[in-house]
Amino acid sequence: MAKAQKAVLSSEEKAAAKEKKWAQIRRDKWMYLLLLPGFLYFIIFKIVPMWGILIAFKDYYPTTQFFGAGLTKNWIGFDNFVQFLTDSSFWQLLKNTLIISGMNIIFFFPLPIILALLLNEMKVQWWKKLAQTFVYVPHFVSMVVIASITFMLVKTPSNSAQSGGALYEIVKSLTGKEMQALGGGMAIYWVLLIQNIWKETGWGTIIFLAALAGVDVEQYEAAIVDGANRFQQLIYITLPAIMGTVVTMFILRMGSVLDTGFEQIILMQNTLNRNNSETFDTYVYQYGRVEGNYGYTTAISLFKSIISIICIQTANRLAKRAGQAGLF
Amino acid sequence: MISIKRRTIGDVIGDVIIYAIVTALAILMVVPFIYVIAASFAKEAEIQTRPIFFIPEHPTLDAYKQVFNPQGMGPTVLRALVISLGVTLIGTLINLFFTLTMAYGLSRSRLVGGKLILNMVLFTMVFGGGMIPLFLVVKGLGLYDTYAALILPGCISAYNMLIVRNFFIELPRELEEAASIDGCTELGIFAKIALPLSMPIIATFGLFYAVGHWNNYFGALMYLNDSKKFPFQLVLRNLVMQTQDNSTSMDELPPEDTLKMAVIVIGTVPILCVYPFLQKHFAAGVMVGAVKG
Repeated sequence: MAKAQKAVLSSEEKAAAKEKKWAQIRRDKWMYLLLLPGFLYFIIFKIVPMWGILIAFKDYYPTTQFFGAGLTKNWIGFDNFVQFLTDSSFWQLLKNTLIISGMNIIFFFPLPIILALLLNEMKVQWWKKLAQTFVYVPHFVSMVVIASITFMLVKTPSNSAQSGGALYEIVKSLTGKEMQALGGGMAIYWVLLIQNIWKETGWGTIIFLAALAGVDVEQYEAAIVDGANRFQQLIYITLPAIMGTVVTMFILRMGSVLDTGFEQIILMQNTLNRNNSETFDTYVYQYGRVEGNYGYTTAISLFKSIISIICIQTANRLAKRAGQAGLF
Repeated sequence: MISIKRRTIGDVIGDVIIYAIVTALAILMVVPFIYVIAASFAKEAEIQTRPIFFIPEHPTLDAYKQVFNPQGMGPTVLRALVISLGVTLIGTLINLFFTLTMAYGLSRSRLVGGKLILNMVLFTMVFGGGMIPLFLVVKGLGLYDTYAALILPGCISAYNMLIVRNFFIELPRELEEAASIDGCTELGIFAKIALPLSMPIIATFGLFYAVGHWNNYFGALMYLNDSKKFPFQLVLRNLVMQTQDNSTSMDELPPEDTLKMAVIVIGTVPILCVYPFLQKHFAAGVMVGAVKG
């Protein structure tokens, strides 16, 4: 009895709430109009492609109409995934991707933190500003320009009368070796790493500089009164203060462990280094976009996305276990 | 600042090391650009004999004359520059329109369904359809091999939109309330109050979007087929990659290195022109907002 009464009441309340909601929606009609273009953009170019992932489970021909048979017919289940995971090129791709990513995490990731700490110690403002102006520049220059400059610098001489690129000559005069930076072997990994260091170290400092700017100056003053030297201040005040940011950036980095700058690699790739430089993204581009194996390469993308999500979740959980705030 | 500050020998040595490292790094980062600029004004023989230099022995404009030579590659280069400038200009305006309207539309927490749309946006930041499904959507919409394909698939950066939204949320409410009492609709408030108050942030993201368009290589690689439509980055790439090995006929010699250097400089100059404005605007605070969500 009481239950029924309550149900009646709540349904009336519901109707009233619904009415209020509609009034609210009508009142906000201009707001909906404003966000409509953006909403449509996200639906068409972000959500519809997610629906397009279905072709990973299909035998999809380049001639198939995407908005039609492409989304309804020719189901083959997990065949594409099985084929990819048992293919020998899968292990090669995984290995290359992990080497490129791993080298970036080990050698590149700490650099912006170190540079930010160094910049933070500079008290001559104009000098610091000037240095920042210089180190941010490469971030804004296109990858095509970075790749082109790299080619010119590491170029091998085309005949004995000519000199090679500047870096080629410097290495030759220092070590006597004729550097084949874009040939086979491990060389390409170092080229990619150095390009990344060149392009992004400066820009990467911004987020850490912001965290450093938030540290309370009084803490340093108190530490100086207590007789702490510069190094002790770094260990006991500065580092703990930016640890949260470092962990956040590390989680984000781990989440994109399989993302190896597509533009950069496709620009540096050639027939000599392809075996070592082919990664998931470039493989999907070459085998899918260029050669038309749409279903198969979409399966590869999906596989990659799922691994990425697992990575970011794992890194986040580990960060929380280590007593950090984590990302979500 | 404070009187207790005493500098020890260790502090001074530390400072010297810090300034030296940072200064060396800063110079190292721009040296390649300076070399390329110098080489673009040098004679071909100098590049082929001197491994590195920063001032050409016999400065000349020959390379630039050749790049813009109306009988040679001039028309191709000019067309690519016009295409890149056009795509950058129109693309940036479209970016700003979509980003600002959506950010403002999502800036009121009372909006029914707003939370849902926001979550959808956040979801697209961690998960996507991938390269091929997006390509098929672009193709299915009939955008393949059109300039629209360089603009529409990336017309909002979710990250930028969220930062702008945060900015709109923090605008003082009193002005808007006053305006709505005067009979102004939300469209009017957006256009007459919110936008004028956000000029700095509009300039910042306008510049970021513009740099993105100018530098874009991926879009043209994915969605363009007709080489007459190629933007400058693609033309630059193709020129630099032309070497002795892949020039087919004898009379089609590969471009000289000075020429390649000049084309690289032309691809970089617009960025260097807007760089002072960029640097003024990317105040750390603007960029950090988004990481915290």
